Amino acid sequence: MSQEQHTADKHQVGYGTYVLIWLVLLSLTVTTVAVSGINLGNFILFTALLIALVKSILVVNVFMHIKFDEPIFKVFLGVAIMTLLAVFILISFDIFFR
Amino acid sequence: MGNHVLDTTYIDFYKEKGKYSGLFSWIFSTDHKRIGIMYLFGMVIFFLVGMTLGFLMKLEMLTKGQTIVDAQTYNAFFTLHGIIMIFLFIIPGIPAAFGNFFLPIQIGAKDVAFPRLNLLSWWLYIFGGLLAIFSLFLAGGPIDTGWTFYVPYSIRTQTNVIIPLLAAFILGFSSILTGLNFVTTVHRLRAPGMTFFKMPLFVWALYSTAWIQVVATPVIGITIVLVIVERLFGVGLFDPALGGDPVLFQHLFWIYSHPAVYIMILPAMGVVSEIIPTFARRTIFGYKAIAFSSLAIAFIGYFVWAHHMFTSGMSETARFVFSLLTFLVAIPSGVKVFNWVATLYKGSIYPGVPLLYVMAFIFLFSIGGLTGLVLGSLATNVHVHDTYFVVAHFHYVMFGGTAMILFAALHYWFPKMFGKMYNEKTAKVALALIFIGFNTMYFTMFILGYQGMPRRYWDYLPEYTALHHISTFGSWILVAGLLLMFYNLLMGLLKGEKAPMNPWGGTTLEWTVPSPPPLENFDVIPTVTHEPYYHPNEEEKH
Repeated sequence: MSQEQHTADKHQVGYGTYVLIWLVLLSLTVTTVAVSGINLGNFILFTALLIALVKSILVVNVFMHIKFDEPIFKVFLGVAIMTLLAVFILISFDIFFR
Repeated sequence: MGNHVLDTTYIDFYKEKGKYSGLFSWIFSTDHKRIGIMYLFGMVIFFLVGMTLGFLMKLEMLTKGQTIVDAQTYNAFFTLHGIIMIFLFIIPGIPAAFGNFFLPIQIGAKDVAFPRLNLLSWWLYIFGGLLAIFSLFLAGGPIDTGWTFYVPYSIRTQTNVIIPLLAAFILGFSSILTGLNFVTTVHRLRAPGMTFFKMPLFVWALYSTAWIQVVATPVIGITIVLVIVERLFGVGLFDPALGGDPVLFQHLFWIYSHPAVYIMILPAMGVVSEIIPTFARRTIFGYKAIAFSSLAIAFIGYFVWAHHMFTSGMSETARFVFSLLTFLVAIPSGVKVFNWVATLYKGSIYPGVPLLYVMAFIFLFSIGGLTGLVLGSLATNVHVHDTYFVVAHFHYVMFGGTAMILFAALHYWFPKMFGKMYNEKTAKVALALIFIGFNTMYFTMFILGYQGMPRRYWDYLPEYTALHHISTFGSWILVAGLLLMFYNLLMGLLKGEKAPMNPWGGTTLEWTVPSPPPLENFDVIPTVTHEPYYHPNEEEKH
């Protein structure tokens, strides 16, 4: 990637988008807090994690520029996420079978 | 591969005039070679402290009851011995000292990708180390939790826990930054023609290790923060009465600390893959198999952590799964040992000091690895858990494995790093003492362990007396050997003969530059045309 292209990519996201994403993140936080007051039974954890996932995707892609940067960063991130997932699965062999 | 420094009257990196002079020319230097040497000296000092503590512990165990220290001091001794040896010696170990010095040279680069970050990681290492030592002298007394910081004891003990934990946190950052630097360096700074499969196997090992450092180390950082929060605010993360789970701590701790075992051993395996072809005068057997086995060990090593927890109250299913996964690590490890031995087969072997260290390593590491299978099996694990058997096992793997190879690396690359030679005869005597002392000291512990002697106990029953005597006697021989080794190297440094460019007949790029190398390693960045262990005369001989 040439220097000019790189610079051009950096400016793909305008301030408007950043503010919009920030507002979406704030509203999702409010949703998390609001939902915690409702008795959803077994789905409470699932809901909280789902909202957190959406927020993470927004932050990683837009604020951390993963969407616009070189593919190798996606590989790095992928390795970290897959490792975390594997750790969760292996721990579940303990938690759910005690 | 020719000489890549054009001027015969070159200036070596020690004599190069920089911005600063004296001590500042070292502690503010961003040259990867100076940083490597600073790490090496830091580690040797910490090793000597850890060794002294170990020596005193063995002396304490010479007789039943109190010999030289009381029980509380003994608890502090084994904790500090563990923290110093693990966090300050063996984890930074080979990557920080030899990786920093040789990784850029072996891939034909002038430095690492981020030299300033490299210096920062050394500063963090020293700061973390000093903080750990500083905590010993604070009110409350030295930490007595063992290096594993297990809850609930680490939350309840009145000794200083938070500061050593912070020290470990800072040391973790140092490790992450080194890993980040190495991954980037390998991806970005390889010389023309240096494809991934033309890289020396030491670089492959460092690359695999760096990934573990980057991905696993943050977990210990988080775990440490959780223990500190728990100690300060009692939020109940690990307290069942408040909805927490003490086993959760063990999971979190070992999710890092088991891969950390591979941070320790993988670079050592890389050094072995360098030394054997050099001293067998032939190319490595199964280059790709060794390279991929490093990645495989790094990968599988992530998923076996709970084999440290078979008796901690984990579910039966988890114990079965982790026992099975643990056995899988034996496959890539076996691939490596097979290929090393196969490389020696029909080689024109020169039994130089580094190769003798490697031979000692293969012997000791094989014992360590096979007794690891005893511990990885559920049934036998329950019997020998938390006994001297475990202590013997991990010393065979870590000391007989990693530290032996660190010494091998020191003897292999000493001429290149310092431009001086050491006395080979004295080095062989030192190795013989180390090998005899090591086995006398630690093999006895296997027997003590399966007879039921628990680890971390200050006192013991009369039936263990004879074996404790033998073990302590072994520690004296071992320490004598280690001191002789360091003395010999120091004498080499001060009075040794000038080392030639390539004393061992090595074929990787570091042997194409003068000893010691110039500031930016190469006048002309080399173009790599053949594989790293290419011995041109090899085919004629066979």
